[in-house]
Order: sequence, then structure tokens, then C-alpha cells
Amino acid sequence: MNLLSFLSRRGTAPVARERLQILLAHERTAFGRSDLVAVLREEILAVIAKHVAIDQDKVKITMERGDAVSTLEIDVELPKTLNRAA
Amino acid sequence: MAKIIVVTSGKGGVGKTTTTAALGAALAQAGQNVCVVDFDVGLRNLDLIMGAERRVVYDLINVVQGDAKLPQALIRDKRLDTLSLLPASQTRDKDALTDEGVARVIGELREKFDWVICDSPAGIERGATLAMRHADIAVVVTNPEVSSVRDSDRIIGLLDSKTERAEKGERLEKHLILTRYDPGRAERGEMLKIDDVLEILSIPLLAVIPESEEVLKASNLGSPVTLNAPQSAPARAYADAVRRLKGETVAMTVPSEKRSLLGKLFTRRAA
Repeated sequence: MNLLSFLSRRGTAPVARERLQILLAHERTAFGRSDLVAVLREEILAVIAKHVAIDQDKVKITMERGDAVSTLEIDVELPKTLNRAA
Repeated sequence: MAKIIVVTSGKGGVGKTTTTAALGAALAQAGQNVCVVDFDVGLRNLDLIMGAERRVVYDLINVVQGDAKLPQALIRDKRLDTLSLLPASQTRDKDALTDEGVARVIGELREKFDWVICDSPAGIERGATLAMRHADIAVVVTNPEVSSVRDSDRIIGLLDSKTERAEKGERLEKHLILTRYDPGRAERGEMLKIDDVLEILSIPLLAVIPESEEVLKASNLGSPVTLNAPQSAPARAYADAVRRLKGETVAMTVPSEKRSLLGKLFTRRAA
């Protein structure tokens, strides 16, 4: 071990701490709220259905988790002629 | 009416059974009426750690299935007469435990004791969720090591969703016991510090059990560490944990082994 690496040595525990914090931030959303996308889908469908008659299968909701930001993508395919529901 | 404690962790080998035995014995030493229950069906070990492995006749599954009455299956500790053990079955598997059967046995235990401590199996499967099901208090046992902390985080999630209290919207007390902690290594940055683990898991700390030779010595002899070496560092840490469980305010310290000056010099050299 040379002098430089000796001086810059800060132990392995901070690395463990950092890895855990990043990992658990992801896992908590994944396991803790595994039904989040399903719940969002149901509620978004209900809101749209109040105003427009849509095919349930034409609504796609996906969540993508990135390091810094996660995105929620809602893809609604509307029919050619808008049949206003009630 | 007993308080039901589940000792759980997710990961195996972190000290659940040692902790169950030590807390059970320490509570009984403090005059409380205690039953420790082994939920690790198929891989029972609490009997061995308690030194009662040759006295098992009936087990939890026999009682759950109605083949034996609860008093027939309870093993009274030979050293502490207010401490009892309900062993797990070694031959059956966890599917022999029914939800209703476990609820009935826990109900009976609640009537008989002041404290019932359930030793959970490792993992997040049915055995673990059955063990935590009726708990009033959860003790999460964690080592200052990445995989153990991660698994504890999962178990805390289960405690918040799969327990009876969580389902009813009632509060389930959750506490952390950090085991195998080495203050020297943590200070040198080689091990997660107490505060690191607390910040990540964000549940209150019940005790820090320092790494100690006494734990293995006690399990070799089949005697809970609080009985086998009451003055040792881990035993004092468990005794403090029990006082906190009983509602006393005890300053949080990490006990260390008392060593002679000569002993200290030698370990310094060796380290």
C-alpha cells in the first residue's frame, strides 16, 4: 500500500451504506407498492371512462425506474370517433 | 394477557434463535412468566439452544392439530421455573400449521403467560408470516452487513402488511436488535455503524449485541447467554433490551467485555 492509497483510504463501510441506500430506495417502491401501477391504471381508466367510451385494452400504463428519475408513461388510444359517455 | 413478540430477520444465521433464547431467559430472570415458541418447523433449533433437546415429546404441530394439549407440549426450563419452551416439529413441514390452529394456540398462550416470544424461521415465506401474524411487538435482528440489512428491510415491509395488527390498522411496535457488532471495526470504517443501519431501516433500536465469544460458548452448552454468562457483554445488552421492553428507560450503550490490562494489551497486538 503506497502513501496515497493509505491517505485516501476511508474504509468499505461508506460504500456499503451508499449501495444499500440506492438499492433499498428501488426495492421499497418495487415491493412495497407492487400494485401501484395496477391501482393507477384502474383509477385513470375510471376518470377517462367518465368522459369518453374507451376500450380497456387500449390504455397502457408503464413505469420505468431510472437512477435519478422514474417516469410514468400513460398511453391512451382513443377511438376514431369520440363517443362521449353520457 | 401476554404480549406476543416475534423475533424475525429475513436472513438466516443472524442470531434470531440466540436472541429468542436470551430475551426469554432474561425476561424470566426478571420474574416474568415467559414462553418461547419455535416456529421453524422442520429445522427446529431453539430446543438445542435452550438445552432441552432431549426433553421434547410433543411439539407445536401436535398442539395445532389437536393431537396434544398445550400443557403436554410445553417444556418447563430446569433453571428458570417461569420459562417454558414450545418446540417446533422436526419431521413435519410448515404446511401442517394452519392459520386457525396457530391462532388458537397463540390465544391459549396469551392467557397463560406474560410474554410469548416467537422464533421465526428465516425467509419471507409462509412460516415467517405465520410467526409474525399475531405479534404485538416485532424484534428485527440484523447484522451490520449489507445482505442482512436488505433482508430486514423486506421483513419490515411484511410486518407492515401481513400482521393482524397491520391489517386492522393498529400499531405494531417494531424494534431493531443489531447483533455481532464490532465497535472497533465500525470506528475504522470497516463495518456499518449503528447510525447507518438505523438511518436505513428507520425503526427504533432495542439493543446492540457486541460480537462475543460468549454467544458460541453458551450455545455449545445449551444455555441462553444471559444465564450462562450474565456478566458478559452480550448478556448485559440483552438484559438492557428486556428492561426497555418492560418500559424502563435505559441509556443505550454498547457493552464491552471487561478484560484485564494484560488481556487488553494482547488483543491490541493481535488485532
